[in-house]
Formats: sequence, C-alpha cells, structure tokens
Amino acid sequence: MAEQPQNFTIEQFYRYVGQKKLMGGKCLNCGKIHLPPRPLCDKCLSTRFKWVELPQTGILLTYTIIHVAPTQFQGMAPYAVGIVQLENGVRVPGIIRKTSLDSLKVGMKLKVEFEETPTSQMQQWPHWPRYHFVPC
Amino acid sequence: MEGKLVLKGKPIASIVSAGQSKFGKLEGLYAREIFAQAVKEAYERCPSLDPKKDIEALFIGHMGESYEHQGHTAAAAADWAGLLHVPAVRIETACSSSGVALRTAVFAIASGLCDVVMVGGVEKMTHRSTPEVTEFLAMASDFPFEQWHGITFPGLFALMATAHMYRYGTTELQLAHVAVKNHYNGCLNPKAQMQKEITLEQALSSRVIAWPLRLFDCSPITDGASCLILTRPEIAKKYTDTPVHIIGTGQASDTIGLYEREDFTSLKAAKLAAKQAYEMAGLKPEDIDVAEVHDCFTIAEIIAYEDLGFCKPGEGGRLAESGETTLKGRIPINPSGGLKAKGHPVGATGAAQAYEIFLQLTGQADKRQVDDAEIGLTHNVGGSGATATVHIYKRG
Repeated sequence: MAEQPQNFTIEQFYRYVGQKKLMGGKCLNCGKIHLPPRPLCDKCLSTRFKWVELPQTGILLTYTIIHVAPTQFQGMAPYAVGIVQLENGVRVPGIIRKTSLDSLKVGMKLKVEFEETPTSQMQQWPHWPRYHFVPC
Repeated sequence: MEGKLVLKGKPIASIVSAGQSKFGKLEGLYAREIFAQAVKEAYERCPSLDPKKDIEALFIGHMGESYEHQGHTAAAAADWAGLLHVPAVRIETACSSSGVALRTAVFAIASGLCDVVMVGGVEKMTHRSTPEVTEFLAMASDFPFEQWHGITFPGLFALMATAHMYRYGTTELQLAHVAVKNHYNGCLNPKAQMQKEITLEQALSSRVIAWPLRLFDCSPITDGASCLILTRPEIAKKYTDTPVHIIGTGQASDTIGLYEREDFTSLKAAKLAAKQAYEMAGLKPEDIDVAEVHDCFTIAEIIAYEDLGFCKPGEGGRLAESGETTLKGRIPINPSGGLKAKGHPVGATGAAQAYEIFLQLTGQADKRQVDDAEIGLTHNVGGSGATATVHIYKRG
C-alpha cells in the first residue's frame, strides 16, 4: 500500500540515512524513482509513492576538489565532491573520502558509506546525518 | 516552452537611459546608496525625463539579505532613487535577479499598464569575509543535497568544467583564454573592478579554488549597482534620439540541484531562454554583433558560447582560444570585461549587462566600442542554471 504523500520528505530521507539506508520514493503511477523523495511526481503529477532501497554502488559522473570551503567545511579542505550515478540510474551528489585526490577519475566505481550525526549538531536544524562515497 | 510572440524586430520595450555605479570595493556604503549612484547617471543621461512624474514602477534585482542584514530592499531603493511611493518590487533569482527584473519590467510595459519604469540591480558584498560570501552565494544552490555536502558555488561550475573536459577535451588553457580576454576588456572599462591585464601563465598558475577552476577562472566579490529606464517603444523618442529597443526576451528554469540534470555540460534553461528570444526577434546567432554573457566562471562563458549557438556543442573551448570573441573578432563577447573583470555584484549583474549593450549600440562604449554594433544580446544565469534569461536588443 502506498504511504501518505506527506511522508515522502527530505527529513524522512535523512532519517533513513541515520539507519544506514539510502532510500528513494518510487512513483506508483509512472515508476520514476525520486531522490530526494517528493510529494508530487514531477513526471506524471501522481501523489502515490512507495519507499525503495537504492543501490549503494555506482559510477562517478563528474567531480571537483574544493580548496576554498564554506566555514563549516574549512577544516576538511581540500576535499573531493562528485556526482555519482547509482546502478539504477539515480544521481546523488556527495563527498568522496578514503582516496588520494589525484587518483580520482570520471567513471570510477564508488560505494556509499554512512556517517554518525555529530552530537554538536543535534541541537540545531538541520540535524541530518551525512553519507559519503568511497572507492569500491 | 516555445516562444509564442513573434515580433520579427518590432520592439516590445525600449531602453532610453541607463546608469551603473563603479564596480569594486565601495567601502562605507550601504546598498541603497550605491544604487543611488547608478540612478544619478541614468537621470543625467536623459534630461527630458522627469523621474518623479514619469517613472511609474521599480523592479529591482537583489539577491542576499545576509550581507547587510536587510531584506525588503525594493521600497528603500525606490525611496533612495527619489521615487517615494512608486510600486517597488524586488526580484530574486540569484545571480540573474536583475536580468529577470528587466524581463518583468518588459511585462509591465507590454501589458499597457505602465509607460515608463525603472529597472535596477544592487549588491553590497565586499565588507564580508570570503568564507561568509562563499556561504551566502551557496544559498543559490540546493541546500539539502549540495550545500549540506560541502559543495560550494565554484564547486558546482567546477563539476561542469570536469564534465566538459572529459566529454569534449576542453583544456585549462582554453579556460585561461577567457580570463585573459575579459581582463584585457576590463582594462578598457573605467567602471570595471579589475583593470589589469593578465597573462595565460598567470591565469594557469593562480591558486586552485575548486579544481579545475583557479582564482583567475572566478569572478571577484564585488559591490555595485545598475539602472535602466524602460519605456513603451512608441514614446521612446520623446526621451532620447538614440533608444535601444528590446526585440526578444526569454526565460526558463531548471532543477535547483545540478545533480538532477541530464547533462552537466550545457544549461538547458539558457538554451530554452535563447530559443525564445531568437524566435521572438526572428534572428539567428549569426545576426548578433555583440553579447554580454554570464561568465561567473570561465567555463560558464565557454558553455554560453555553445548554449547561445555561437558555436557547436563541445567547440566552446576552441572558440575561446581562436580569438574570435575578442573586441576585434567575429563575435565580440563581454566587451565590458564580463563578470570576470568588470565584477559580479550578483543582483546588479543582469541590468549591468544591459547597460553595456545600451552603450555599445548607442556608440558610447569609448575604447571598448565594437564597430558597427547594431544587434546585441545579454545572457544572465541564476545559480548553477536553475534560472536563465536572454534578451536581444536593436539600435533604435
């Protein structure tokens, strides 16, 4: 049975990330898988969805190495971020860790890893746990 | 998304005057004070305009409340322009705010509700630290999936650059050619922030901001304002002998997140906006004599060449190094110095592009004047391409 459309939220996506799951909202009418999930399918305007677990591996479509970072990420710079296409075609952006920055290549295989929410962040919005990518 | 109105060169609105503040680090000024400088120039250029009597509305582009802890900026800007009590509306579409303000003003004129309106744009940025500005600019990108994962604004364009390099073989040297050209043009523009020529070697050895983009691939942090006076085409000659007519306008949107788009090497919104504007004007890319394009980063200018049809997809890098987009080339791009050298006070940029085309088509661009410029184009992009607007202009 389809859940209520109001459940297909970014907040709920990140609650799943906290449970070490990468989940998308699948439209029960046209089959499009949404990441982030949304309450109204942009393709067919349906409001009927179900949660589906997304594959945790994919290929790197493009990347950059951030040297000048926003305040919150300054301690990490330089760091790599990329856009990954999961095995079912869904695209996800994220930080790439555990690799030397000059060994990155478009087309390389990556997998998802999940992070704990830092306790320092639990007090303020948003307290979303993060995922990141590492080489397979 | 097809263009519906085909005007074949018939004007939809006319620019009768324009002004721009100096772009750069304007210390000790508040945004509305900088805006007043641009307004003053527009008034001075057009002695037959009686601003208090004639101007019926203000549409102003302004992106960020964070810089000056100030929202609700349109009413204050109208007041500082000497237009207290006119309806004043702030338009926010990130870096395309005043390009879209111009288009909104065209709607006001074309509807018949207004005869004369002001278009403005302003941003005051340089009093903030670089990390703060980096954070404020990133607000134009998706928060939950891009900002939250440490992706900066240069980072988004770097993701496009990497994709363009892998797909088409575009090189860092080709990116540097855009920076060198725009710095050269900036030297000829007394209002530009950067008035210093650079070499290819300097561009290629500057520090990395978001690989493959270096310092000289990025537009600077800038304070500045711009202003246009728009009228119904039928009454333009009442205000000036040399109006510039708007003969094409287009705008489109796209996903806020870059990652959701099919193609990272092109901006679909810009292509759609260009198609609408070309169709309305009944013109083709080869009819354009001069263009101001949104080079927030060098790769963005290369992608703009392709999206606007000045070359085929994938050939933008080669067009950049060919010299054909220099002042004396086949299609001069960014004679003002572009965002890269003139500076990029985000909310002011779109109307400042139109200001440059106004000068070019009325023969007032001095040392950077493009010979016999009759048809001009502006291309203004918001964020990583979730908004784009294109306008086409004709000498009156």
